[in-house]
Amino acid sequence: MVWFLAKRMVALALTLVAASLLVFAVLEVLPGDPALLILGVNAREDTLAALRESMGLDQPAYWRYLTWIGGLLSGHLADSLTYDVPVSELLAPRIAVSLPLALMALTLAVGLALPLGVLAAARRGRATDVAVMGASQLGVAVPNFWLGILLILLFAVTLRWLPSGGFPGWDAGVGPALAALVMPAVALALPQAAILARVTRSAVLEVLGEDYMRTARAKGLSRGEALWRHGLRNAMIPVVTIMGLQFSFLLAGTIIIENVFNLPGIGRLIFQAIGQRDIVVVRDLVVLLAATVGVVNFLVDLSYAILDPRLRHGAARRVHG
Amino acid sequence: MILPFVRHRARHLSIAVVVLATLAAASLPSQSGRAAPPDALVMGMVLEPPHLDPTAGAAGAIDEVVYANVFEGLTRIGPDGSVEPALARSWEVSDDGLVYRFTLRRDVMFHDGTAFTADDAVFSLQRIADEDSVNAQKGLYAAIDSVAALDGYTLVVELKHPDGRFLFNLGWGDAVMVAPETADDNKTNPIGTGPFRFVRWIQGDRVELEAYPDYWGPKPALARATFRFIPDPAASMAALMAGDVDAYPNVPAPEALDSFKADDRFTVEIGTTEGETILSLNHRRAPLDDVRVRRAISHALDRRAIVDGAMFGYGTPIGSHFAPHHPAYVDLTGMYPHDPEAAKALLAEAGIAPGDLSLTLHLPPPSYARRGGEIVAAQLAEVGIKVEIIPVEWAQWLEQVFRGHDFDMTIVSHTEPLDIDIYARDDYYFGYDNPAFDAVIDRLQGTADPEARADLYREAQTILAEDAVNGFLFQLAKHGVWDARLRGLWENSPIQANDITGVSWGE
Repeated sequence: MVWFLAKRMVALALTLVAASLLVFAVLEVLPGDPALLILGVNAREDTLAALRESMGLDQPAYWRYLTWIGGLLSGHLADSLTYDVPVSELLAPRIAVSLPLALMALTLAVGLALPLGVLAAARRGRATDVAVMGASQLGVAVPNFWLGILLILLFAVTLRWLPSGGFPGWDAGVGPALAALVMPAVALALPQAAILARVTRSAVLEVLGEDYMRTARAKGLSRGEALWRHGLRNAMIPVVTIMGLQFSFLLAGTIIIENVFNLPGIGRLIFQAIGQRDIVVVRDLVVLLAATVGVVNFLVDLSYAILDPRLRHGAARRVHG
Repeated sequence: MILPFVRHRARHLSIAVVVLATLAAASLPSQSGRAAPPDALVMGMVLEPPHLDPTAGAAGAIDEVVYANVFEGLTRIGPDGSVEPALARSWEVSDDGLVYRFTLRRDVMFHDGTAFTADDAVFSLQRIADEDSVNAQKGLYAAIDSVAALDGYTLVVELKHPDGRFLFNLGWGDAVMVAPETADDNKTNPIGTGPFRFVRWIQGDRVELEAYPDYWGPKPALARATFRFIPDPAASMAALMAGDVDAYPNVPAPEALDSFKADDRFTVEIGTTEGETILSLNHRRAPLDDVRVRRAISHALDRRAIVDGAMFGYGTPIGSHFAPHHPAYVDLTGMYPHDPEAAKALLAEAGIAPGDLSLTLHLPPPSYARRGGEIVAAQLAEVGIKVEIIPVEWAQWLEQVFRGHDFDMTIVSHTEPLDIDIYARDDYYFGYDNPAFDAVIDRLQGTADPEARADLYREAQTILAEDAVNGFLFQLAKHGVWDARLRGLWENSPIQANDITGVSWGE
């Protein structure tokens, strides 16, 4: 188990180093001078040079990379080129939008998908199954930004129940803040829930055909009891794998959804920062997102070991082996 | 890059849906019940300012929040584009046009409670010229030789040479008055002298202002103002219709204007801007250095069709680089009327057979360029010029086209007021060089008399049109949509700003 964890940690660290090198290199070759973008078409060369110097862009590339990594490791993030405040200061209020949004969407997706998927599997071939699978087919096909626009038109423009976009801030109260996140969370969650429900259904169906399920029925458990006590845990491994993958899609989805709903979250920050060539913000955010995905994958691996003791022992045997 | 594609598609779909929904909503009984009290205004903007210091960046969004509202200069630009007194109550100019003596207002307070004096004015102007200055318009104030305070409220500025636009330039956001103690923090905590002071900025969402009780001038009718930043056209239309935003001084989607016109809850004002939208040609590259080829291109362009197709009819065709609403404007659109046959003849004269010339066309993100570019390409194809369209981001455009001169043609709107002098600049991106034109601009620089200046402006416009320097397309319109009860919003935009000092709620 320890060996398993250590290996995963090393892989995570290497991934992050690779991600940091890659994003730095890409931003290095991407055309676009941040100073010119800030000062515009009438700026004089001496003004541009002064700004570049104040932003540290006159230093050689290797030096800028090392300064950046050193800053990351010591927790001192550099100043954003456009906003002129430390990236850490920019991040905190953005995370306060994106994290609750992602968690709401994930909870909603899982809360909808698992019961529906199990239900559809249990009622295989019957009306419930057909209805759930039909709805999920639709959910897979509908892009989240389009769903978001439909929600805005219905609940904000026509009914005026919810704000059309924007975020009032948590200090405006939990109610208004959550109201601003409901539609984006639903728009993010439904397509994810549709995929997850289909995976859950097929995973449960597969388990239902296993020998140990027949054994469980033979010892007198009802169909439902057998599924609940023996089936679900085994069915969870593919479901958790897909959930882990979906988390990355969720992060990517927030970039689009935050633009549709005009939410000041991480996704919109990265979108704006790329357009403004705010390389300081972009590289920090990419590494942050890579780290988040890495940690989530790590947790998924960990959960396999919890769900399936064989993996745990298999790993342990190799250590002693 | 999947994202821009997805966004692009989303935009088209969503605008169609917005229009349909408006029609549906218009048939419902009208809903009253705005949440905001009548002394507050929520104004929508497309772009968020990167920071709030107008003296340290070119982004128009900075001025759109703070100009005249938070910061004031010695002079200011009024709604009709004229120069008005602001923190300078009056001024005298010496006969040779070299010495300006400003009398400053005595009752002006910065938002931190300190008084504004001539020393602050000296600091503000000297700061522009500093060696490590990051003022985006440093060149506008290069004529300043010295600045001195005679007493607390008298400022004397000496120029190196006469500058007919000096008072106008002092009215730009780049020359607003700041205090030495607070200037370095203005990016995040702007301290000015205007009728509104900064309250807070929820980055990515909004900037909030409130009326400043110790303001020297007439008190604004609004107690609070919020600027909300909504880049997505569909989201901004939805925000207006849902009542989350009261006013959009310039909506990003002209295609949605008709649905707002049909709805009596809204006022739609089509105004003018200083944006000359042009098909810039790179004179460094053959055969664009040949005036016959450039004239052929001008003949090939059907400006009306471009305005109708790309801007849904909003915009005024232009024949030179000058704003049609300016008193010195000359209508030169008739010099090269849309005439494909004349274009082909000129190309033949220049030795170019149909289909032999192929040119690139770099298009930055705004819809005037992307949509206009498609139409321009089709019109050039009609006269036998092949066009390769290259969409670029602003960052790329600035580096490759503007600074690198690596392009054949591009479409861009030059939004600075009275910027015809860019054609006299050395090594400017389109590479035009005509000593006769430079001489006119030189004389303009040294002329203060308005009538003489107007004559020189007319001469300059005519030279540019005769040389067919660029394909002059149209003057960008300002599409304002706001709550029908609002009064006092600017119809035109002679300077990129949203001056809300005169805005009030009617009825």
